[in-house]
Amino acid sequence: MIKLQLSGTAVDCRGLDPRRQRSVVRLNRPDHSATGNHFDFALIRTIEEFDRARSLNWRSVLGVGDGLAPILAEGSERSIVLPSQFDYLADGDVIGIQHATKRFRSLYRQGSQHNSFLVTERCNNYCLMCSQPPKDVNDDWILEEISESVPLLDKGLPSLTFTGGEPLTNWRRFVEIIAECRDQLPNTAIQVLTNGRAFSDSQIVDAWSAARHPNLIAAIPVYSAVDHIHDHVVQARGAFDETLLGILKLKDRRQRVEIRIVLHALTAPTIAQTCRWLSRNFPFVDHVAIMGMENTGFALANEALLWIDPMDYRTELTEAVELLNDARINVSIYNLPRCTLDRTIWPFAVQSISDWKNGYVEVCGSCSERARCGGFFTSGRTRFSRGVRAIA
Amino acid sequence: MAKFLPPEAFSAAGDALSLLPFNFERIGSTNEYLVANLVGDFVRLTQTELDRLVDLQLRPGDGLYERVYAAHLVTRKGQQSQRQLLALRLRSRMSFLRQITPLHIFVVTLRCEHSCPYCQVSRQSSDRSRFDMSEDIAQRALDIAFQSHSPRIKIEFQGGEPLLNFSLIKEIILAARDRSITTKKAVDFVIASNLALLDDEILTFCKQNEVLISTSLDGPADLHNKNRPRPGGNSYDLAVHGLRRAKEVLGPDRVGALMTTTEASLDRVDDIIDEYLQLDLDGIFLRPLSPFGFAIKTKQYHRYDIEKWLAFYERGLRRIIEINRSGRQFREFYAALILSRMMSDRPIGYVDLRSPAGIGIGALVYNYDGSVFASDEGRMLAETGDNTFRLGHVDNDEYSSLIMSDRLVEAISSSLTQCAPECSSCVFEPHCGADPVYHHATQGDALGIKPLSAFCARQKGVMRLLLEILETPSDAAILRSWAT
Repeated sequence: MIKLQLSGTAVDCRGLDPRRQRSVVRLNRPDHSATGNHFDFALIRTIEEFDRARSLNWRSVLGVGDGLAPILAEGSERSIVLPSQFDYLADGDVIGIQHATKRFRSLYRQGSQHNSFLVTERCNNYCLMCSQPPKDVNDDWILEEISESVPLLDKGLPSLTFTGGEPLTNWRRFVEIIAECRDQLPNTAIQVLTNGRAFSDSQIVDAWSAARHPNLIAAIPVYSAVDHIHDHVVQARGAFDETLLGILKLKDRRQRVEIRIVLHALTAPTIAQTCRWLSRNFPFVDHVAIMGMENTGFALANEALLWIDPMDYRTELTEAVELLNDARINVSIYNLPRCTLDRTIWPFAVQSISDWKNGYVEVCGSCSERARCGGFFTSGRTRFSRGVRAIA
Repeated sequence: MAKFLPPEAFSAAGDALSLLPFNFERIGSTNEYLVANLVGDFVRLTQTELDRLVDLQLRPGDGLYERVYAAHLVTRKGQQSQRQLLALRLRSRMSFLRQITPLHIFVVTLRCEHSCPYCQVSRQSSDRSRFDMSEDIAQRALDIAFQSHSPRIKIEFQGGEPLLNFSLIKEIILAARDRSITTKKAVDFVIASNLALLDDEILTFCKQNEVLISTSLDGPADLHNKNRPRPGGNSYDLAVHGLRRAKEVLGPDRVGALMTTTEASLDRVDDIIDEYLQLDLDGIFLRPLSPFGFAIKTKQYHRYDIEKWLAFYERGLRRIIEINRSGRQFREFYAALILSRMMSDRPIGYVDLRSPAGIGIGALVYNYDGSVFASDEGRMLAETGDNTFRLGHVDNDEYSSLIMSDRLVEAISSSLTQCAPECSSCVFEPHCGADPVYHHATQGDALGIKPLSAFCARQKGVMRLLLEILETPSDAAILRSWAT
């Protein structure tokens, strides 16, 4: 099980605009003529490709392969060279690079179904199982980078996720990005992973609604029907009340909302009660996602508190899903392999783990459900349920 | 990495708790209580737990706090979300009020060839001029119906036997369809008929104009014919034949049957249900006998008491659950209605079970002679000389003068369960309704003294029974599937 590396340090980086600290770069096959756009670079893997690119007037090139650095530096105006493990990069992909440090991140992969932008590392929650532990630093430059990237994405992109940190930390700027998505990517479904607390402020939820994005959903975690349990999980007093108010205000303005529940030892034993409460109080939400925990980030630090074998909440999970389904609420199960789920709820289990951190184990090779199963996280330190087995 | 805080940091007992509104009642003679929040979500608490809740002797982590918090019985200082949720849910439950007078009942004739002893109104007569609605009155009634603010109205034809004046039904339907186009108000049609006079011409017209048919079926032939005498003693054969034909021509979902319970029905619930099963109907409405019109005069409604009816209902409901357990989908519609209210906040403006009551603002009845009543039962009372619910006449009134009439406003506002004695503190109030016509008829008072009310006893009996059955998981799944 391996995880795709999405960031690294460039081998070489020359000719980029010295007045700027960073650039956003879109990759192009070298067999089309140069576009003339300042952000377009020809993607070069071999010397032959480099020659072809030059004959088609490419002056900006991005090579993958350590050995390409001296050759590209000679024959181009702008060149970036990345280590060879980034050879997954392809036509249409977008990267962001810091000029001084040569640090770069893959921002968008054309061939992936799971494109997401990290909006900020700041967050006003501090969830016990956070897979992306928050940092209290001003990283507003990321918003600028996203703003520059959005126009470069494929207009046919089916879906795009914004995550964090809490994306609404700088809510004015983020809502502008939602509006840019509306204009630049009118056919793309936008999902925003947010703790929802910001929406308790009418000013923010009004701005969100005023963007009038045609296909936008806020995915908001609710971990319990009881205030102090939710507040403990997210390590923030008063978060429960603000999150629920935020959901109500979004729905009051006819905005789409998904509720997310991560299953661990503090939430899984009461998942049926939580879902009964959801079905009575929030039947108007657009989707509920009940999800297995990604054992990474803070989840590792709190493993003793949080780990529970999915086999130990299997019955409760089945009841929870049936309760929501009976109430005609759309429900899905994320991040759990089918062998740990009752067969009756398999139709709700989806392949949810992002391609770059998704994998299977040896026993899956002989499993008849392998092609439909969500498999495992390859990130962090995955713990395996005692229920993992091949289904005949 | 900052330090993580323990659960206690989020559940300090020092936070002020306060109660949210709830009602409760003791379950039988146990020390358990049924408790309902503002919108009728139920929890069961022991006497001790209820005492602790009332005294706010709760702390996060003790188990009781978690149960009563999730049920919106208690809240913490500074929090808003629970109150907002309750407000939102209440608003949704009450939003049936936005559909003002969606139902308009046209009594196109009082004449009937049946002579049912429980019938409140019909006449054995061939005098068309005396007991049929005239075309002028029908047009005036349509004027009023189309003045109501509901974007969709239903016109229901009643009698007597409405098919005895089918020519007028046709005219009303055609005129209403024209008006529907010009006013952009959608119109549905229902004919409530015993089907004895149904023929292909009528069915073809119904098919062309998407008219629903509702008929009476009281049970097997002997019971039905006893309840519903007519010359020839063939009411049952005609009803069943008409039902089958109507299903063929109009489609199975365009035809319904309703039963009336009489003393003779009380020991026959299994037979009655079998009859509905045999006719391939998708459910049955096990109804009580209403105390109006001739039924009051003949003292029919005293002939059995509410306990007997509840036993009849329980036996029937349990039998229907058995039928569902064996794989056949078949509903009891009264249970389905109440379950929908218990399990969702969808606005259900069922005209006989709501508060504010459905009289006038839920339905208007245009009698054959042009007088307008607040409900079908109201016009039946008038047949016995009591004009309390007569709101006016089509020649002298408009929709607004009928709806704003002192009589109607007085009857509705004086019967609100939300603030009535006994009702306002009743654990079942969110799922119940006001019935000012019934209480006026039986007690001479629109509000009524609820401990003496058979309506109240029936509602409580049915709801207690449903809650008891919901305690059995497999049966609960069946009941949940009935809720719409």
